[in-house]
Amino acid sequence: MTPTRQQRPHVPGARGGRGSGPRGASRAQPDVQVTALSSGSAWHERRESGANVLEIDSLEIEAVASGSAVIDDVSLALRPAEILALVGESGSGKTTVGLSVLGHFRPGLRHGGGTVTLYPSHTDRPAEMTALDDAALRRLRGARVTYIPQDPALSLNPGIRVGEQIREVLDIHNFGASAEERTERVRSVLAEVGLPGDDAYQARYPHQLSGGQQQRIGIAMAFAMYPDVLVLDEPTTGLDVTTQAQVLDTVRDMTVRHQVASLYITHDLAVVSEIADRVAVMLRGRIVEENTTEEVLGSPQHAYTRKLLAAVPDLAGRNRIGETAEPGAPAGSVHEPEAPAGSSAGFAGRPEAGSAAAAVRAAGASAVVLEVSELGLAYGENTVLDGIDLELEAGECTLLLGESGSGKTTLSRSIAGILDSYTGRVCYRGEELAKNTRQRTLDQRKQIQYIFQSPFSSLNPRRTLGQSLAVPLEMSGELNAAGRRDRVKDALDAVRLGRQFYSRRPGDLSGGERQRAAIARALVNMPSVLICDEITSALDVSVQASILALLRTLQEERGLAMLFVTHNIALARHIASRVAVLNKGVLVEAGPVDEVLDTPQHAYTRELLTNVPKL
Amino acid sequence: MIARLVVRRLLISIVILFAVSLIVFFATLLLPGDPARAILGQQATPERIAAINAQMNLDAPPWTRYFLWLGGLFTGDLGTSVATGQPVSELLGERVGASVFLMVAAALISVPAGILLGIYSALRRGKAVDSAITGISLVLAALPEFVVGIALVAFFSTTVFTILPAVTMQPPGTQVWDFPLQLVLPVAVLVLVVTPYIARMMRATMIEVLDSGYVEMARLKGVPERRVVLRHALPHAIGPVAQVIAIQLAWMAGGVVVVEFLFRYPGLGQALIDAVSYRDVQVVQAVTMIIAVIYVIVNLLADIVGILANPKLRTGGES
Amino acid sequence: MAEQTPELQPQSPETRAVLAGDPELTSTDSTASKEAHTGGRNTVLTRFWAQGQAKVGVILTAIVVGLALIGPLLLPWATGYTTTEFAARPFQPDGLFGTDNLGRDVWSRFLGGGLTLLYYAALATALGMVLGLILGMLAAYVGGWLDSLIMRANDVLLAIPQLVFALLAITVLGPQGWVLVLVIGITHAPRIARVARSATLGVISEDYIRAAEMYAMPRSRLLVREIMPNITGPLAVEAGLRLTYSIGSIASLSFLGLGMQPPTADWGLMINENRIALSIQPWGVLLPVAAIAVLTIGTNLIADSLARASASANAGDQS
Repeated sequence: MTPTRQQRPHVPGARGGRGSGPRGASRAQPDVQVTALSSGSAWHERRESGANVLEIDSLEIEAVASGSAVIDDVSLALRPAEILALVGESGSGKTTVGLSVLGHFRPGLRHGGGTVTLYPSHTDRPAEMTALDDAALRRLRGARVTYIPQDPALSLNPGIRVGEQIREVLDIHNFGASAEERTERVRSVLAEVGLPGDDAYQARYPHQLSGGQQQRIGIAMAFAMYPDVLVLDEPTTGLDVTTQAQVLDTVRDMTVRHQVASLYITHDLAVVSEIADRVAVMLRGRIVEENTTEEVLGSPQHAYTRKLLAAVPDLAGRNRIGETAEPGAPAGSVHEPEAPAGSSAGFAGRPEAGSAAAAVRAAGASAVVLEVSELGLAYGENTVLDGIDLELEAGECTLLLGESGSGKTTLSRSIAGILDSYTGRVCYRGEELAKNTRQRTLDQRKQIQYIFQSPFSSLNPRRTLGQSLAVPLEMSGELNAAGRRDRVKDALDAVRLGRQFYSRRPGDLSGGERQRAAIARALVNMPSVLICDEITSALDVSVQASILALLRTLQEERGLAMLFVTHNIALARHIASRVAVLNKGVLVEAGPVDEVLDTPQHAYTRELLTNVPKL
Repeated sequence: MIARLVVRRLLISIVILFAVSLIVFFATLLLPGDPARAILGQQATPERIAAINAQMNLDAPPWTRYFLWLGGLFTGDLGTSVATGQPVSELLGERVGASVFLMVAAALISVPAGILLGIYSALRRGKAVDSAITGISLVLAALPEFVVGIALVAFFSTTVFTILPAVTMQPPGTQVWDFPLQLVLPVAVLVLVVTPYIARMMRATMIEVLDSGYVEMARLKGVPERRVVLRHALPHAIGPVAQVIAIQLAWMAGGVVVVEFLFRYPGLGQALIDAVSYRDVQVVQAVTMIIAVIYVIVNLLADIVGILANPKLRTGGES
Repeated sequence: MAEQTPELQPQSPETRAVLAGDPELTSTDSTASKEAHTGGRNTVLTRFWAQGQAKVGVILTAIVVGLALIGPLLLPWATGYTTTEFAARPFQPDGLFGTDNLGRDVWSRFLGGGLTLLYYAALATALGMVLGLILGMLAAYVGGWLDSLIMRANDVLLAIPQLVFALLAITVLGPQGWVLVLVIGITHAPRIARVARSATLGVISEDYIRAAEMYAMPRSRLLVREIMPNITGPLAVEAGLRLTYSIGSIASLSFLGLGMQPPTADWGLMINENRIALSIQPWGVLLPVAAIAVLTIGTNLIADSLARASASANAGDQS
């Protein structure tokens, strides 16, 4: 194999009995003969025979403070050239397991029991990662077992040139025989991940690269030493689908080419289906299911896996996500009160809600509630939005699709009047709206409501939900204090939080609960237009599913005209009846969902549809 | 890119000094009474007052006097002391050197000491050494410098031991640095007062950097701990700490006043206190301007260190 | 003077898990709300009081404040003398702590000498806080040219060390109480404004402020109801620090003979008057030095504990 990967001379027969493990022992050839082979080491034999290069056995990790187990009885095994996906929602402990493979426990956590055994290629002696001393760990890390982190923007050193950061790995681990060989390796590994390897490129700092390029540097760094085991921690989170597809290709290709055993940590089952050979599903520190990708995705055994799968939005729209979860507790995570379906219906049945939209629909007249025409926005030379025309009809949801930097948030905030530097017109029921929300009339402000992306930022942490949610009513000033309180409590019921949340503060709430509260704030004024700006992107899929189900219900009950802004095209069939595609500030395509998804007209839409990972 | 940023900072510094000069000059116009009468005291006759007024341009409108004064600053003519009748530049000449010497000596000790203590403390986070350093620096940081000074004097010069001189004697024709033993306590006070801040800031910044994703990544790459600290962490802590060091050193320009008064050290601060007591406006103006200049220069240096330590500024952002 | 940096030093087990542990572990949808309910009340105040150093700080401060407040009421019956009565010849060991440079009873002067210092320091801090808060919040919230103007003006004021600025003011206006309060307060303002501005900037980038704007909440109400409650943490820390520095500065000025004027009984002034006799009658110096040291250490411990408590509060909010 690659000669350079053998850093140390092999010690014939040096292998201890302890580390051989059950699979090692079951191999046909005795150790002595294996090492005697001139073509490769015992390790290469191992690899050829398909034995594990990493074995995690009954691993337990506990919190230092409380002593409680954070990771409980986790066992996994990795074979060369195989990608094992470790799937779980936030808080499942998947990163903690991933880092234990490198013998790393973040501050506040410690090894509680069990073993993590690595069979490194440079020696016949297996390494017990949880028991090694620092020096021994350092020799393995970055060389035999490597790590690709979630956010390259945070994990690349901003003060060191990218070439040097790759080179550092080679220097520390004494790669090759000479400095020239290392220089050459930096160049070749950059080429392997699809980056230019020239000196000028190597001399750049991380901030001079795009997110996708930064992640490639991280991949190059991880592959530079031809590792045996690779841990990938959500390496495509935050990347656009096209970039994500390219990065996934690179990872897949490198894993196979160099026969690396990869542990791929992710929350995204669609990505799993694209890249993994096997899948292990984690829930609260335990593995609940492990099998081949086909089996896990095709016929999931554990209830949690099924629920997770049901929550994954798929492009074809075969499953209506969130549907199965209603009306019981969706995702088992969002606090679901004694589902006050009755009070919700009562709320929706108020004279202002529903009936107006119903009347419009009955009349069959033009149901256009909101009309955007020729909307543009530029910061100096930089054009963010250009000539946007968009119509929203009552009782209809339009999905506004755009990747990061497409201007989708700028557009939705312009419509809501939060940004007022745009050109062009936004009309509500035929009447042009003032650009700034403060200049709009009371009624216009009430009718158009906007929900922010991050539920962690959109509610004032120092005020109770009751206080925060009453703000829109106080500002419209038509109800007295008691009336406002009733209206807010009704809204809390309508978003399935329940009125007992009235006096709670955001700090006590989960992300899903906070987003429900934010939705409730948008509902207290009985709007006719709802703008949802990426409101599920900060949430786990199961929570996303339940939020989408809620939005669908609300929209139907109240005949809302809705603009659902997202980067995830797979959501289209789950929430919207129309799709508008925004690319670099220009609407490139708009139409009914089926039309756009089945027969996309614009190249950009087609590219997106090709690259979106599918289950 | 760097040059442009540095020039920009330089221009800002000049504008700040200009604004300071406006404040310093026009504040003194509020001074009640007649400076000429103040100088002459009992011997004031209308003729002599008129003569002094003419000599000091006191008849001219404020703006003219401001520009004459400002012009004088550039040519080294700092005016005439109302109290002694001497030229201010003569009065302050040697004292500037003595004060700057005191501050530089203190800075040379406290900056490295603060940085090293801060790093050491950060690397031993949560351990007993860290708690001790943090606790002691918190206590020292609270104390006004005269409290530290009196404590040292009581301990080393009078009540407990008498091993170090409590006051500075400087026979004519000698320099302060000719008597190193006399410098020990004044320098020690400044060091004790300034070091805790630098150490605390260095510790906080270093801890933040050590907790960063790129330091964790460096460890996961197998980088030896020494190199993690020196190559991956330290450069990112230097920029913010440079600002704090600048603030501290500039602040020393104020603290030095108290220290000089306490030890009768023949520097600017001593001169300033005397001048304030005599309401010797010209001297107060001059000393304030000199201290402001020192402040601005130190700050400028810190900004330049900050620029050099930040690759985003160094390379000019997105390319 | 320097800003002390609040550090992320979690005190409660939950926040420690948030900060130190895998961030994943605590951001779970299901566990977040559970934890909050099992944890009991966990406010900045409870976290503050949970720290040993906070208790020490409060006790030290209370002792000196109590002494300064009650002391004047005890005179002359507790000691037999008022603060200005002559008890014996200078520097005699008569009475509990001897006599001072003019033969007055040291113990009496000490008991009566703390109140004005506290009073002036509190007033100066309050003035600085009000000015700084208004300027900082306006700069951050209004932004644009007003922000630039306020911050550039700050830079100019910062270029003159606080003590030197105070000396300039005293030269012009004389060493009077209101001058001390005014000048210390005004020189605190730019530093406080910086803190208030950056805290406000942190808050106004949050979506709940955008939401309030969107609902056309009147701007004054937005500042008071949405922004203010979210910057109380850093402001409380700042108030503690500035109080420490106010005490130090006013005491320093008195020590220089440019603050309180004789024959007032004042701790700073006492040190100035009696320090020539440090070796023979040290109590006239040591008592006030000790009181000022204990007081500033106490207030600084309180400020630091507040910083730690509010830092972990903010970190907890993000979970």
